[in-house]
Amino acid sequence: MIRSTHLPLVITIATFVLAFTLCAWQYPSMLSTRVVANLLTDNAFLGIAAVGMTFVILSGGIDLSIGSVIAFTGVFLAVILRDTSIHPLLAFAIVLAITVAFGASMGAIIHYLDMPPFIVTLAGMFLARGAAYVLSTDSVPITHEFYDTLQSLYWKAPGGGRFRLTGIFMILTFLVGVIVAHRTRFGQNVYAFGGGQATARLMGVPLASTTIAIYAVSGGLAGLSGIVFSLYTSAGYSLATVGVELDAIAAVVIGGTLLTGGTGFVAGTFFGILIMGLIQTYIVFDGTLSSWWTKIVIGGLLFGFILLQKGLTWATTARKKPATDFAAQS
Amino acid sequence: MPHGMNATLKRIMPQLVILAIVLLLNVLVFPDFFRIEFQNGRLFGNLVDVFNRGAPTALLCIGMTLVIATKGIDLSVGAVMAIAGAVAASLVVDGHGWFTALLGALAVGSLCGLWNGVLVAMLRIQPIVATLVLMVAGRGIAQLITEGTILTFVNEGLIHLGAGTVLGIPTPVLIWMGLGAFITLAVRRTALGMLIEAIGINESSSRFAGINSRVLLVSVYLISGFCAALAGVIVAADIKGADANNAGLWLELDAILAVVIGGNSLLGGRFSIIASLIGALIIQSVNSVILLSGMPPEFNLVIKALIIIAILVIQSPTVKHALYILRASAQPIQPFEKTEREEPTQ
Amino acid sequence: MENAVQPVLRCTGISKFFPGAIALDEVNLELYGGEVHALLGENGAGKSTLIKCMTGAYRRDAGVIHLSGEEVSPANTKDSQALGIGTVYQEVNLLANLSVAENLFLGRQPTRYGFVSQREMQKQATEILQEFGLSINPAELLSSFSVAIQQVVAIARAVTLSGKVLILDEPTASLDREEVDLLFSVIRKLKERGLAIVFVTHFLDQVFEICDRATVLRNGRIVGSRILADTTQTDIVTLMLGRQLESKVHDRVVSEGGKKLLELKQFGKRGVIDRFDLNIREGEVVGLAGLLGSGRTETANLIFGVMQADHGEALLRGEKISLKAPRDAIAHRFGMCPEDRKTDGIVGDLSVRENIVLALQARQGWFRPLQRSKVNELAEAYVKALDIRLASLDMPIRLLSGGNQQKVLLARWLATNPDFLILDEPTRGIDVGAHAEIITLIEELREKGMSLLVASSELEELVAYSTRVIVLRDRRQVRELKGDEITTQNIVHAIADEKTDQALRETA
Repeated sequence: MIRSTHLPLVITIATFVLAFTLCAWQYPSMLSTRVVANLLTDNAFLGIAAVGMTFVILSGGIDLSIGSVIAFTGVFLAVILRDTSIHPLLAFAIVLAITVAFGASMGAIIHYLDMPPFIVTLAGMFLARGAAYVLSTDSVPITHEFYDTLQSLYWKAPGGGRFRLTGIFMILTFLVGVIVAHRTRFGQNVYAFGGGQATARLMGVPLASTTIAIYAVSGGLAGLSGIVFSLYTSAGYSLATVGVELDAIAAVVIGGTLLTGGTGFVAGTFFGILIMGLIQTYIVFDGTLSSWWTKIVIGGLLFGFILLQKGLTWATTARKKPATDFAAQS
Repeated sequence: MPHGMNATLKRIMPQLVILAIVLLLNVLVFPDFFRIEFQNGRLFGNLVDVFNRGAPTALLCIGMTLVIATKGIDLSVGAVMAIAGAVAASLVVDGHGWFTALLGALAVGSLCGLWNGVLVAMLRIQPIVATLVLMVAGRGIAQLITEGTILTFVNEGLIHLGAGTVLGIPTPVLIWMGLGAFITLAVRRTALGMLIEAIGINESSSRFAGINSRVLLVSVYLISGFCAALAGVIVAADIKGADANNAGLWLELDAILAVVIGGNSLLGGRFSIIASLIGALIIQSVNSVILLSGMPPEFNLVIKALIIIAILVIQSPTVKHALYILRASAQPIQPFEKTEREEPTQ
Repeated sequence: MENAVQPVLRCTGISKFFPGAIALDEVNLELYGGEVHALLGENGAGKSTLIKCMTGAYRRDAGVIHLSGEEVSPANTKDSQALGIGTVYQEVNLLANLSVAENLFLGRQPTRYGFVSQREMQKQATEILQEFGLSINPAELLSSFSVAIQQVVAIARAVTLSGKVLILDEPTASLDREEVDLLFSVIRKLKERGLAIVFVTHFLDQVFEICDRATVLRNGRIVGSRILADTTQTDIVTLMLGRQLESKVHDRVVSEGGKKLLELKQFGKRGVIDRFDLNIREGEVVGLAGLLGSGRTETANLIFGVMQADHGEALLRGEKISLKAPRDAIAHRFGMCPEDRKTDGIVGDLSVRENIVLALQARQGWFRPLQRSKVNELAEAYVKALDIRLASLDMPIRLLSGGNQQKVLLARWLATNPDFLILDEPTRGIDVGAHAEIITLIEELREKGMSLLVASSELEELVAYSTRVIVLRDRRQVRELKGDEITTQNIVHAIADEKTDQALRETA
């Protein structure tokens, strides 16, 4: 059964299906497992970070720091694997602990100092990027056999598509994200938060711990995204992933989540990512179109979805279901 | 007006103190910081550089101050800079004069501001969302204009705007100071400033008092677009080319920071353009300290972040409240400061 | 109600002080299981404060609360909820972006293996809602339902969480008749279950329809408690509006006023106020009387263009004008001091000086600023004329007392030299001195030939200055009183509407 709230999600999926059909119709070779596999692999890091961003935006906040955190994670891993002999898995654990703590402290500042998330995470963005610079200004290659092992793991589908570990990782993250959003009390609290902080508090949602947890999740997922990105590029570079937060926000909005919070789906973000990836793939296939069309089309899509949501909000407030239709015998 | 002067001075005192401290740090790490020389018909010196390099942020924060005063925000200014630079460059490359190029760029920038303003004021889209559209699409549009290359030009008139001097003073310095002074006068000598503040503080009351909030809202975004276009032209002129990818990249964040450091509340209301401009100078002076101290430039961002966090924490409502309680317990509150607490009506 | 039965909730000697004011003065209240108890009083009488003291939202300064015989002291709303006192407000305090079921179970969702079980939640929600007479799909968003259903969901949450005392704070304020019926059927069911229910409302008909007992508050004191079966609407209105309702004859010259200034023909807006005709002449004060929610504020807002009328026309000195926004009204030399000073009147952080010239400046346009000397002159003149007490013209207006804020707002409009001034509750929340001054000012302005429309819940005040009084009830103009007819008694009768009152009693 389709609820009215699912409409943005349905439209996002329909947009993706329609776009993919059009692309495949024009370039039949796009209809291959190779394209699909690359779509997942190339956008894996962005997708994982966008899951965190979805939670933040659902709660009515914003996190500008994730691009910097991804870069920091990459550089940290590269440097620690170069300078020490610890196992990458241990390095992953350390870096995840750092990024979770980083996000949590931003959440704490937002809550306890009562400052807007925009400004706090902006400072966080500078701090994380700066920390990456301090570690190394050069691109540091990662050469570790464990990395080679991870990178060589893939499932070759008929048709030549290579479904790599990182793509699988992104899908897993989305699955976990969906479950957390809809099947846990934390997820429900995030939605409640986005619906109105004052009301949520009256209804017993713990403000401090929820805020801190939301930004910790976002920081941690940015860290995970950084790990995936380092697997993708086999290097850590402090100038990498500039502006990824913007792509993540765009994916969340195109995925049907309201930037004002409270309404949206983690699954929608997945299709938002796919739509954005598809645009790039199409431009590559076309060969004559220039890369800047990606930004313009994404901007246009963004505008379209914002207008759509505005329209839906108007429509729902204008048409309320009357009481009488639903009153039972009484 | 001695009274007005005193009030302004009092308002910008914290920013002046912070600026003085940062400038002093500059002198500590580089004793010749304040030395200004006059060579080849142009002023040289580190202080001049601070004023010159700070021009783009300073220009952006003029418009941003007005937007934030209305409870809004304009994320698109960096992208608008890129668009304006691209328009100016392509116009001179096509053989138009520098003045036509400047006018064209300013017109396109104002158009971008108008677009944002219509989304915010007419369609009632949240400012952060409305301006995000242009922030994302803007660089693509700029690249479309430059066709993906860094569009270089040799037009002397246009280059003069970014790299030239007038009476020995770098043109960008004159432009931002001139525009800052003009807009400050324009909003303070007319009723504009007060009406903008009224909207930011209480839009409903403003409507009851007969203020046309829609037109005012559109106007502030338009001014913001105009300022961004001017900044874009200067940046392009400075490097003699329009770089759609990097011109004004992340400058919207610097501009917002400058406004916040200038003591303007992100929740709208009372504003001071002068304080924001000093905020922009503070940011540039911090950059200068880091550069002159010979510290590896990679520390730049970390230190900047720490300074910003420190300034913001001091200004945070919670900390302010704590300080207020401390002071209030030390001395009795003035009688008139007691606000009447009525029983909230239902 | 019998003395033998122990009250579920007993408040004894509750007092609450605000700086410079006593909000509650030794209030006693007893609530019995299975009774619906109306809490009545005009705005500022202390109803909200009492409720907030009972639910722990405010800390009371004196008094004891017993719940089922045991002394309790809830520190916050969560506390009182756990003790068994649930509250439902006019603005539904639920989350519109969540589903009905999620709203019912937020914070205590049924879980399976640590995960929230949506299916179990829907099932339980359906059962709970069925008990309340609602057969709706709990998986739908709360915002897709009407306010009445949202109210019932809020009640369901409050009752399942608490279950001893249910406080309903103006739940019917924005409901239409059918929706009220739905709500009342739920209240009756809860009454049968033995809950003690407090019902706060301004609709007297509803009080007589659903409540067993009524307690009336005025100025923080209980002025009376009645068993409703033995009382009349007039009795209750007299208690609420108070003082002695002496039938003081009006000693003012019956002035028909001067020339016709404003004429409204079949003006109205659906769901806000019924269509009405209204003429306003130069030099007259038209009073708008009626209980809260009767359409006083709505009438004022419609004329000032805050809301747009969807029917009828407005003629100013015989010429048709459009009133689409306050700016239109101001251009025609209207002015209005709104009911809610804080949200619609003052611009808190602007100085007193700026607040005074705001409307004049807005009308003049942005680029014709008032000379600083002219501004000072104006501000100083009005501060003196209206005796506004302040430390400096530069201080933010939010630091002034309510009475002084109201005077500044009056000054704002007087500075525009209006022909027609609308005052909505001009004396609410104002100290006695300022109160008298504002009444004198209204009379002075009328004598100078200005036309005024004043909405007020203070009947004596209306009687004192009005040349005509229009009585509203249920969003409809029901009576117009002129000259000698203007007495508090007549207004009360018109508000209480004796005829319908009796008719109801007969059918009941």
